[in-house]
Amino acid sequence: MMEDAIIRFEHFGFQYNAQSEPTLYDIDLTVRRGEKILIAGPSGCGKSTLAHCINGLIPFSYKGTQTGKVEIAGKAPAQMGLFGVSRHVGTVLQDSDGQFIGLTVAEDIAFALENDCLGEPEMHERVAKAAKLVGIESHLLHAPSDLSGGQKQRVALAGVLVEDVDVLLFDEPLANLDPATGKAAIELIDEIQKTTGAAVIIIEHRLEDVLWREVDRVVLMGKGRILADMSPDELLSGDLLVRSGIREPLYITALKYAGVQVRPEMAPRSIHTLRLEEADREKVRAWYRAAPPAPRPETAEPLLEAEHIRFAYPNGREALRDISASIGKGEMVAIVGTNGAGKSTFSKVVCGFETEQEGGLRFAGEDMRSLSIKERADRIGYVMQNPNQMISKVMIFDEVALGLRTRGVPEEEIREKVEDALKVCGLWPFRSWPVSALSFGQKKRVTIASILALEPSLIILDEPTAGQDYRHYTEIMEFLRDLNKRGYTVVMITHDMHLMLEYAQRALVFSEGGLIADDECAAILTDREIISRASLKETSLYELALLCGVEDSRGFVRRFIDHEREEVRP
Amino acid sequence: MTNIFNYIDRSSPVHRLTGATKLVCLLIWSFAAMMTYDTRLLAILPLGSFALFALSRIRLRDVRFMLGFTLVFMALNNLLVFLFSPQHAVGLYGTRHELFSLGGRYVVTSEQLFYHLNLVLKYLATIPVVVLFVSTTNPSEFAASLNRIGVKYTVAYSVSLALRYIPDIQREYHDISQAQQARGIEMSRKENIVKRLKSASAILIPLILSSMDRIETISNAMELRGFGKNKKRTWYMGRPFTKWDILSIAVCAGILAAAIILNRVNGGRFWNPFARG
Repeated sequence: MMEDAIIRFEHFGFQYNAQSEPTLYDIDLTVRRGEKILIAGPSGCGKSTLAHCINGLIPFSYKGTQTGKVEIAGKAPAQMGLFGVSRHVGTVLQDSDGQFIGLTVAEDIAFALENDCLGEPEMHERVAKAAKLVGIESHLLHAPSDLSGGQKQRVALAGVLVEDVDVLLFDEPLANLDPATGKAAIELIDEIQKTTGAAVIIIEHRLEDVLWREVDRVVLMGKGRILADMSPDELLSGDLLVRSGIREPLYITALKYAGVQVRPEMAPRSIHTLRLEEADREKVRAWYRAAPPAPRPETAEPLLEAEHIRFAYPNGREALRDISASIGKGEMVAIVGTNGAGKSTFSKVVCGFETEQEGGLRFAGEDMRSLSIKERADRIGYVMQNPNQMISKVMIFDEVALGLRTRGVPEEEIREKVEDALKVCGLWPFRSWPVSALSFGQKKRVTIASILALEPSLIILDEPTAGQDYRHYTEIMEFLRDLNKRGYTVVMITHDMHLMLEYAQRALVFSEGGLIADDECAAILTDREIISRASLKETSLYELALLCGVEDSRGFVRRFIDHEREEVRP
Repeated sequence: MTNIFNYIDRSSPVHRLTGATKLVCLLIWSFAAMMTYDTRLLAILPLGSFALFALSRIRLRDVRFMLGFTLVFMALNNLLVFLFSPQHAVGLYGTRHELFSLGGRYVVTSEQLFYHLNLVLKYLATIPVVVLFVSTTNPSEFAASLNRIGVKYTVAYSVSLALRYIPDIQREYHDISQAQQARGIEMSRKENIVKRLKSASAILIPLILSSMDRIETISNAMELRGFGKNKKRTWYMGRPFTKWDILSIAVCAGILAAAIILNRVNGGRFWNPFARG
């Protein structure tokens, strides 16, 4: 059995040169040929470092000290060289746009072959074959800017498939994809594994999405150690996931709320394999009936109103078609839809970065047409997805004060306003720190504080939790909810269905430039037609409801949301 | 997509030449045109470049922006030469045939007019071939071409990478500048230069930081896929030389040879019709 092992770690540890503590401790892990493994864990648990040890970036690009033993295809990576390791391990990085090297799809797929000095006829043949395997063969001459996120990921996968590798390593493959595309990606990885017979290692903290297709084992990591290495059925039956800061699948959470004891023999790894006895089904139904639906919030007076907005880019592409929507004072609303559906363009028009060709906007009853970008910013704050795209000052205080200083506010008043914003954002203890000393989530708060200092009444956030693990996600979202309770109106542009379900009172769904739904999230996530048009994914709660014989699946989802809002995170 | 290349995909004999051939021809052709002031050769070259233009099936309106830009540049260049040194050609040709005076030292001579004619011909000889090169060379082929004429592939590839990432960085610049404008960063010409420099830093610092992240990703991605493994590499978009490639280079080499021979015959770069008169 041992000669079957393609990757073997024994008492392995690693410490980066720049760090005072090891990042990995005592790792024992064996991956056999043809196996499919999920490595899960919160940010900073060492899963990316482990990935670097598998693909050879450690020890060749990132230096440090290692202890214990590691073997790839029976040899120590240190002796194989980075290029030797990459013959066996193909890596698909998280950022599928950043790793797109070629000017066209074909060139990007061919990149490894070009470096291997392959002749042109054979290269063309192998590129065509790999492109076909991932279903991108009709786009060979397209530039990266013409591709969607999912297509770019397919190209990246084809780029490693052109070389017959033994191991395919995926570093957070779902990070930048919308729910439907993510689901397709997991299906594709599964098919590729079956056709090529390569071992597959997926590093991801979104457990439920990866488990959409079977995996052999889940390796759970925490604080640089392997906490569990077991079948998904076993892992989902315990409480190890929750304790390690990983989100459980929603149907598992719901079963637990209903008092059902989850056991491995129920095959809880996926909602489709889950078997429930009648007694358990009754428990779920009883939980559903136990509380009447919470009263829906009353419609608030409108703060932002859009009427028949139409916008087309100079190249003629119509990005917004007849958008009419209203956002009420004190609401917390999600804007969802695929990339290019118009959700970002809509927020740009609202902020005045782009000007609508038809229709109009009103803010608190006032026509916004004559307002400049700067004047709009006094009413509506816009927070970009990546805090590094906004921060330009060294010190936190100066960063938050930037907008006030450019407005010529007296320094005395600036101090007061900045201090208030820092307190609201929980950054008061760090007020005299440099920005560089903060974590990603804290930087995000700095950018939010710098917007709050201008005292807008509405804040628009682009993907507030992108790339964050469950703990940081909860931290950021609870903070936004707190702001919302203080009276700020919050609009979030997002792909994340959990975010919608847990924090948004309402969602506006965009598709191909049009607004196709404006409803409470429980209704949207149980509506098949809207789900497919907006590239969303059905929530597993819907299927759990069907499985347990609850007829009103929408009501069931609503019950889950109410339960969480009232009892779990009051 | 904004790009320094304005590749227009058509089927023509010029398109079918390899990128390396076109690059070599461009270099030789412009070198010859720059070297000589022999009006006889300079009169032939523009005819040749117009003929190539027709052959390439690139239409004037496809490239009118580039042409317009360079024509303005040509006019400016001529004007400045005349303004700063109205008697430049008198020194060059050693004779002085005055035609009329524009006042002060601005006396127009036949020699000066002839010199300007040569300048215009030089522009007319080179502009069309440069425009032709950028509009008939697939950017994907450009790195391969550089590599083929002897540039190290690691260097050649950086050109290709720049072409790949410049549009991305432009887009990011645009996004960052919009978000910073909302915070009151003014980029308009209304502000004074110090303020504008400060504003620029509010956009450039985040842009540089995020580009650094990008660079780490790219270099990891490239290394993981074997970039730098061997001394050589092949190119997906590379194409084999045909007899037309060899013929084109030979013709250009002939032109260069003619320029060199004329230099010898004329005893310098200038062909002087005034000496006889």
